Amino acid sequence: MIVADQKPIEEILEILAPYKRVLFLGCQSCVAVCMAGGEKEVGLLAAAVRLARAKSGAPIEIAEGAAKRQCDDEFNEPFGPVIQQQEAVLSLACGVGVNKLAERFAIPILPALNTRFFGKVERQGIWKEVCAGCGDCILHLTGGICPIARCAKNLLNGPCGGVRADGTCEVKRDWPCAWVQIIQRLEELGQLERLLSTRMAAKDWSSDRHGGPRRRVREDMLLEA
Amino acid sequence: MESNLQRALEAKRFAITAECGPPKSADRKVIEEKAQLLKDWVDSVNVTDNQTAVTRMSSLAACTILKSLNLDPVFQLTCRDRNRIALQSDILGAHALGIRNILCLTGDHHSAGNHPQAKGVFDLDSVHLIETVRKMRDEGLFLSGDKLEGERPMVFIGAVENPFALPYEFRALRLKKKIEAGAQFIQTQIVYNIARFREFMARAGDLGLLDRVYILAGVSPIKTPGAAKYMRDNVPGMDVPNEIVARMESAGKGLEDKKARAQAWRQEGIRICVEIVQQLREIQGVAGVHIMAIEWEEAVPEIVTQAGLKAP
Ligand code: SF4
Ligand code: SF4
Repeated sequence: MIVADQKPIEEILEILAPYKRVLFLGCQSCVAVCMAGGEKEVGLLAAAVRLARAKSGAPIEIAEGAAKRQCDDEFNEPFGPVIQQQEAVLSLACGVGVNKLAERFAIPILPALNTRFFGKVERQGIWKEVCAGCGDCILHLTGGICPIARCAKNLLNGPCGGVRADGTCEVKRDWPCAWVQIIQRLEELGQLERLLSTRMAAKDWSSDRHGGPRRRVREDMLLEA
Repeated sequence: MESNLQRALEAKRFAITAECGPPKSADRKVIEEKAQLLKDWVDSVNVTDNQTAVTRMSSLAACTILKSLNLDPVFQLTCRDRNRIALQSDILGAHALGIRNILCLTGDHHSAGNHPQAKGVFDLDSVHLIETVRKMRDEGLFLSGDKLEGERPMVFIGAVENPFALPYEFRALRLKKKIEAGAQFIQTQIVYNIARFREFMARAGDLGLLDRVYILAGVSPIKTPGAAKYMRDNVPGMDVPNEIVARMESAGKGLEDKKARAQAWRQEGIRICVEIVQQLREIQGVAGVHIMAIEWEEAVPEIVTQAGLKAP
C-alpha cells in the first residue's frame, strides 16, 4: 500500500490560512488503512482545524467527505457539486489523489499528507518500505526481498562492510541488513549458490524515476480516438 | 607500468600504503605537509573520497597534488556522490592526470555525514565500479558498451573487503566476486582481531583467491583508550577485542600528568599496531599493510621502523 503521514497541524493551518470555506476530502484506500487520510482522520483533522481557527479569531467552514479511491475520477465526481462551492480542497489522499483532483477542478487543491512510500505493516503502528517501484523487478533473484528499497545504498552485490554485529544495517539502526536477510532467505530456499556464482549487473535505472516521468501504455486497451 | 604499488607487489616486496585525508578547506599546503611526512616511508598513499560523507577537498585534486610531489596516489572513488557518467569521467581524468591506482568503493552513506539532506546517488555499487574500470581499461568500452576513443585509463584496480562484518562466511565469497570483476589489490578493514582475519584468509585460500589478488591488511594505531572503546562499541563493521581496549587502558594507569599519559597511550597504540603488523606478515597471502593513521601521519614512520619493514 501507499504509506503516508499527516503533515503537522501547524503546517496544515499555514497552508489553509488564506481560505475560509474548504472541503476536507479523504480517501478510503491505502491512506485509510495506514490511518493517515481515511474518513476517520478527516473528521479528527476537521475538528482540530475548526477549533484552532475559531480560537485564532478566523473561523473556517469545513465540509467533510472521503472518496472511495481519490486516484480515480469516477469516485471524485460525486463531490463535484460540493467542490464548486469551496475556495479550496484539502486532500487527505496520497499525492496521486491530490494531482488527480488538481487536474479535474479549477480551485486550489492542497495536500494534507506527506506521501512516503510503498510499504507493508511491520506490526501494529509500524510501516516499512519494501518496494521502490523501480520498474524492473529483480525479486526472483533476491528471495523476494528488495535490495533497492530495503538496502540504504541499494547495493546489488551486498552486503557492504558496515553490517553491525547484530545483523542490523550500518545506516539504519534497528533495521535488519537487507542483504543479510537475502542471504538467509536464499539459503532456506536452497538457492544461495546462484547468488554466489553470479555478479548482479549494474541496474538499468531508465525504468525507474531516473528515466524521467513514467507512463504505462496498453495498446490493446486504447479506445479509438 | 607506472603504478609504484603494482611494481612493489609484483616484485613480491611487502608493500606499505598509508592514507591521506584531504582537508575541509581549499588549502593545498595540508596535502603537501602530509606528503612530506609520508613520502619516504610508503609505496603509495590512498586519498579518501569525502570520507564518512563529510565534504572535503576532492580526492582527485588531492591525488594530483601528491602526484606532483612524486608520490604514487591511490585515488579512492566512491559511488555515493557520482552516477556512472561522473564516475567514468573521473576515471578518464585520473589517468590523464597521471594517477595509476584507483580504489573502488561504494562509500559511506551520507546520512551520517555533514550533509544528511543530500540526495544519495548509489547508481552503481563497488562491484559494478570495479567492472567498469576494468572494461574501460581492458576492452576500451564504457559501461554502456559505447567505445572509448583513443587512450585508455591504465590503472591498477583496487577494492576493499571487511572480514569483520556479518555474514563472516560470505566475506571471502564477496572478495571472489570483486576479484572476478577485476580487482587486482585489496585493502582490508582495520585488523585488530587477528584470529578472525586468519579465518578469512584461510577461506580465501580455499577458494584459490590468494594467487589472484594482492591483499594489503588494514592497520591503524590507536591514540587513546576512549578511541578504542568508541571503535569497539560504535563503529559498524569494526571488531576491536576487549583485550586491546584493556591494554590501552592500563597503559595510562597511574600517570597523573596529562601529557605523559597521552604519550604513554600513543606509545602503546603504536606498540599494538606493530605487533599486529608482525603477526600479519606471517599470514600466508598478506602482501602488504595499509596503515591508516588518520590525522596522525607521524606514526607511520615509527610503525614501519619498529615493525622492521623495509621502506621503499
Ligand atoms: S526490484 Fe524494483 S519493482 Fe521489485 S520490489 Fe524492488 S523496487 Fe519494487
Ligand atoms: S548494512 Fe546492509 S542494508 Fe545497510 S547499507 Fe549495508 S548492505 Fe545495505
